[in-house]
Amino acid sequence: MFPAVEPWVVLSFCSAIFFVGLFGLLVRRNLLIILMSIELMLNAVNLTYVTFSHQLSSMAGQMSVFFIIVVAAAESAVGLGLVIAMYRTLKSVDTDEITLLKD
Amino acid sequence: MSEISPVAFYLFAGMALAFSVLTVLKKNPVASAFSLVIVFFSFAGIYALLGAHLVATMQILVYAGAIMVLFVFVVMLLNSDSPSFDFRRSPLIFRFAAGLVCFAMFVLFVKVFRETGPSPSVGPFTSAAVEAAGGNTRVISELMFSEYILPFELTSILLLAGIVGSVALAKRHGSAEKASSKKGVSSVSSR
Repeated sequence: MFPAVEPWVVLSFCSAIFFVGLFGLLVRRNLLIILMSIELMLNAVNLTYVTFSHQLSSMAGQMSVFFIIVVAAAESAVGLGLVIAMYRTLKSVDTDEITLLKD
Repeated sequence: MSEISPVAFYLFAGMALAFSVLTVLKKNPVASAFSLVIVFFSFAGIYALLGAHLVATMQILVYAGAIMVLFVFVVMLLNSDSPSFDFRRSPLIFRFAAGLVCFAMFVLFVKVFRETGPSPSVGPFTSAAVEAAGGNTRVISELMFSEYILPFELTSILLLAGIVGSVALAKRHGSAEKASSKKGVSSVSSR
């Protein structure tokens, strides 16, 4: 019923998710949503790795994904710590409010 | 690529795409977080379709389990009842430019991916070979504790640094702590 899934379809899907994340990163001002957009972009890159690993029948891609997941976990823990510290100081998670060095 | 089921792939891909757009566009952070959970589960489905079973499990455990719990916890902790109207507030021309640039880059990537021919199968790990060697998880584990042992050990240092950093950031310290302890002392003495 459907044609077989070509590699470029999977890779294009990855880039679509990546650019949705990039759009969110550029447009949104809420720090939490920005962190979520970064997670989306990291996931898109992971899927690209796995697709190439499948296509080239090599395991290096899946090993890289394992390490990227570890880095992403550490990144989101530190990022959310930053969000809490910022909310405690400014009572807001809006990136426009970060003007402490301005005045 | 021919062995993966097209129906399942398009189902997961459509779900992931729709809910990632919702993640970015929703005003309420809680709604964004729960859309992101569905995106993560769809990605796990696609990993399983591509034969990466250990990565699919890690995706559900780490992303949908740990990271999303952390996100939802922080959203609830911050008690931001009022939805953020940041999307409406950012200037229209900037939104339009960002969307245009992202879409143009996406079209460029699709063109590149489409026009590069089928790459040769270089590695020894074809799906039949992986099956014969005892499955995806076994092959990855053997690689991880032989060839990739150094980066694997280094991740423990990274995670330790992450733990220390997040505790140091989220801890209440400095004048706030002194003030609260002083308040505690004064309330005790007044009693």
